[in-house]
Amino acid sequence: MAFYVAQFLSGLSQAASLFLVAAGLSIIFGVTRIVNFAHGSFYMLGAYLAYMMADMWSGAVGFWGAILLSALTVGLLGVAMEVLLLRRLYRSPELFQLLATFGVVLVVQDVALAIWGPEDLLGPRAPGLDGVVRIFGLPFPQYELFLIVLGPAVLGLLWLTFHRTRWGTLVRAATQDREMTAALGVNQTWLFTSVLFLGSALAGLGGALQIPREAVNLQMDINIVVEAFVVVVVGGMGSVTGAFLAALLIGQLQAFGILIFPGITLVLVFLVMAVVLVVRPYGLLGRAPATARGESHALEPPLYPAGRGLQFAGLALIVALIALPAVLGDYALVVLTEVLILALFAASLHFIMGPGGMISFGHAAYFGLGAYGAALLVEHFDAGMVTGLVVAPLAAGVGALLFGWFCVRLSGVYLAMLTLAFAQIVWSVAFQWYSVTGGDNGILGVWPAAWASPKWVFYYLTLVLCTGGVLLLRRIIFAPFGYALRAGRDSPLRSDAIGLDVTRYQWLAFTLAGTFAGLAGGLYAYAKGSVFPTLLDIPISVDGLVMVLLGGVQTLSGPIVGAAVFHGLETEMVRYTDYWRLLLGLTIILLVLVFPQGIVGALQSRLGARFSPRLREQVAR
Amino acid sequence: MTGQMLTIEKLNSFYGRAHILFDVALEAARGEVVALLGRNGAGKSTTFRSIMGLVESRRGHIAFAGQDISRRPPHEIARLGLGYVPEDRRIFTDLTVMENLEVGRQPPRREGASWTPERLFALFPNLAEMRDRPGGRMSGGEQQMLTIARTLMGNPAMILLDEPSEGLAPRIIEMMAHAILELKKEGVTVILSEQNLHFASVVSDRAYVIEKGRIRYQGTMKELAADEDVRRAYLTL
Ligand SMILES: Nc1ncnc2c1ncn2[C@@H]1O[C@H](COP(=O)(O)OP(=O)(O)OP(=O)(O)O)[C@@H](O)[C@H]1O
Ligand SMILES: [Mg+2]
Repeated sequence: MAFYVAQFLSGLSQAASLFLVAAGLSIIFGVTRIVNFAHGSFYMLGAYLAYMMADMWSGAVGFWGAILLSALTVGLLGVAMEVLLLRRLYRSPELFQLLATFGVVLVVQDVALAIWGPEDLLGPRAPGLDGVVRIFGLPFPQYELFLIVLGPAVLGLLWLTFHRTRWGTLVRAATQDREMTAALGVNQTWLFTSVLFLGSALAGLGGALQIPREAVNLQMDINIVVEAFVVVVVGGMGSVTGAFLAALLIGQLQAFGILIFPGITLVLVFLVMAVVLVVRPYGLLGRAPATARGESHALEPPLYPAGRGLQFAGLALIVALIALPAVLGDYALVVLTEVLILALFAASLHFIMGPGGMISFGHAAYFGLGAYGAALLVEHFDAGMVTGLVVAPLAAGVGALLFGWFCVRLSGVYLAMLTLAFAQIVWSVAFQWYSVTGGDNGILGVWPAAWASPKWVFYYLTLVLCTGGVLLLRRIIFAPFGYALRAGRDSPLRSDAIGLDVTRYQWLAFTLAGTFAGLAGGLYAYAKGSVFPTLLDIPISVDGLVMVLLGGVQTLSGPIVGAAVFHGLETEMVRYTDYWRLLLGLTIILLVLVFPQGIVGALQSRLGARFSPRLREQVAR
Repeated sequence: MTGQMLTIEKLNSFYGRAHILFDVALEAARGEVVALLGRNGAGKSTTFRSIMGLVESRRGHIAFAGQDISRRPPHEIARLGLGYVPEDRRIFTDLTVMENLEVGRQPPRREGASWTPERLFALFPNLAEMRDRPGGRMSGGEQQMLTIARTLMGNPAMILLDEPSEGLAPRIIEMMAHAILELKKEGVTVILSEQNLHFASVVSDRAYVIEKGRIRYQGTMKELAADEDVRRAYLTL
């Protein structure tokens, strides 16, 4: 009994920290409509800053002063991000905003690494709260009790702020209808900046309060931001009270999940999120977003089949790719093989994001399912490479068929979060089902068949499969299926009215995309000779997003260019500097600011669509 | 100070590549009630949205109370004393009546009316009984009153009313007409867009007729009422 009470209480204190961070994320999203990936980084910075300050000053004043001051400092950093970056992106597509904040994540990672180093840092105990209280005879830290009280207290303060101050009223009004709020004389610039201050300060406070509880390290950011996303999505985007309820729920799930299913609490959390989203698509207390008032409705530009120019360029590229092994060394061939694989991966992600209009944060799931599909066959059934490469897309396709059924029922950020949830579930299975997948150690010895083992042979094999895959995806986009898919994206209601079953088309598209990602994953497994759970993890999904976005979502050749640029940049940066994240992050931020339509998108509008005769005619008219 | 409150010359507006308004010219004198008449899709709302700076791409000259506002952002235009009541009302549904009014509140101006919630409740008695009701749980007529009251909280010298009578019951339309005449008494300049000619003729002094983004006619309300041809050409269905 006492044990369960203690477990319950630790769930509550976990919930309190989670709530602080999630509330900030939710508030920022509510007003700016930006999903701020960097929120976790602010949490991490809050922890590092508090550690540093508490280390410099001592005593109760020093400790609590450090906590408060680091929260304020992080709030100011949020202001800086808003003024320097977000402000220029409020009218960009939400994916660009996401990409930009992800750039900030990378930058903060390396800045923190440079300042505080890679080691875990242990903060001091909280003066005055460093003892324990006995609850049913079991010791329970006072500090945890303090957090339990703090959660509802912050909720109350936030509620008062939003309901009893003019600022709060304006924020709620702007959350619903920015344009109308502006037309009533409210200066939104200032409002957004102040919201970023409050939201980021909450993240900073959440992080700072962790220093007596856990070691400060460089992994804090992604972990917390994923958890906070889950909380916000379960609670309902923009609803602070919803975030509180969801934090309680997730906190308890984690506390008791550990007892019932040790090791798979993560799966449990994501399963609960999936169930909540299927039952209540906008979260516990969320509401369907009002039809995006006051946001720019950038119409998706139409896509055109390759004009003669582009066909020629494509052909030239393929000829060059065929000729390259003659001049390239093995190392360059290996990099090029990877670029080809990533191009197929990016093209498959682009397929659901561009024409399908569905954002996926979890495309790694299908890449990884493909890779594991092949590797598990090798490991347990001694299968050959050809079998592996056949099974890889099938395994991923089946996964996508299953997960897609749930995902296509949602849209926007909620869809994105659900894809992430499924990816994380697959990841935890691979990570924790030790006896089958080898867990963290991965599966080694996934080598190509003897005939394909020379680097150039495998390169040609990859070239054939990936080019084929990319061309097939293009072909589908211009088939009736592709037109129906885009019709569904641009006007779901009207498509329904003319008898298109949009959900079914999207489901099929999701499955197709998963299948091709699986093929890429299978190839990748043989190219590397091994698979690890990291192939299923968030960074791979994000890499895919970055590649697609770098290239431009609404262009067909975009993903390929994006993959080449991204992988090229990454490979080069890793070779020449330890701070490749910093460089990559800054590059991403710069690219987003300079090319809000992606590289190929920018080229297209610059060149007046030279590659596409039909578009040129249209412009001329 | 007398003279023109609003002067628009050669206003051209675009939605993306679509050219919607063509050389629109419009004037309103201080204290005047002016009607902008036209069929569905004629460009009435676009004219208002262009004045408020809510249309991304507009060209032309717009002067309000002697100041050029053609390049100002919406919140600055509103703060200069130009109120806007959109056609679809756009009440903040999560906010109560009082909170909706609070969003519209701006400090009083040196000249002109200064509104308080109490004064507005006198103008729209229905609202007085639902101060704490969320905007989402009000009838269409109540929302229409609230959206006007909300804009008046900014103490505007002039307001743009986009189809104030649209979709309302006759009794509520009467109240609207009464309210507009009250505003006129307070010295507020009003431009209202309408398809309901009768309503417009009860409250307005002058009228413009817009069709396909071009001003086709202007004159006093009396002249328009007498001009059967213009009415048939641009107004009746
Ligand atoms: N957001 C938009 N994008 C593209 N075209 C638009 C947009 N809004 C309006 N239009 C077009 O601009 C023209 C003028 O529309 P507007 O809303 O100004 O007309 P209106 O006179 O207010 O009509 P109503 O009486 O129906 O309110 C119409 O042809 C309409 O189709
Ligand atoms: Mg209109």
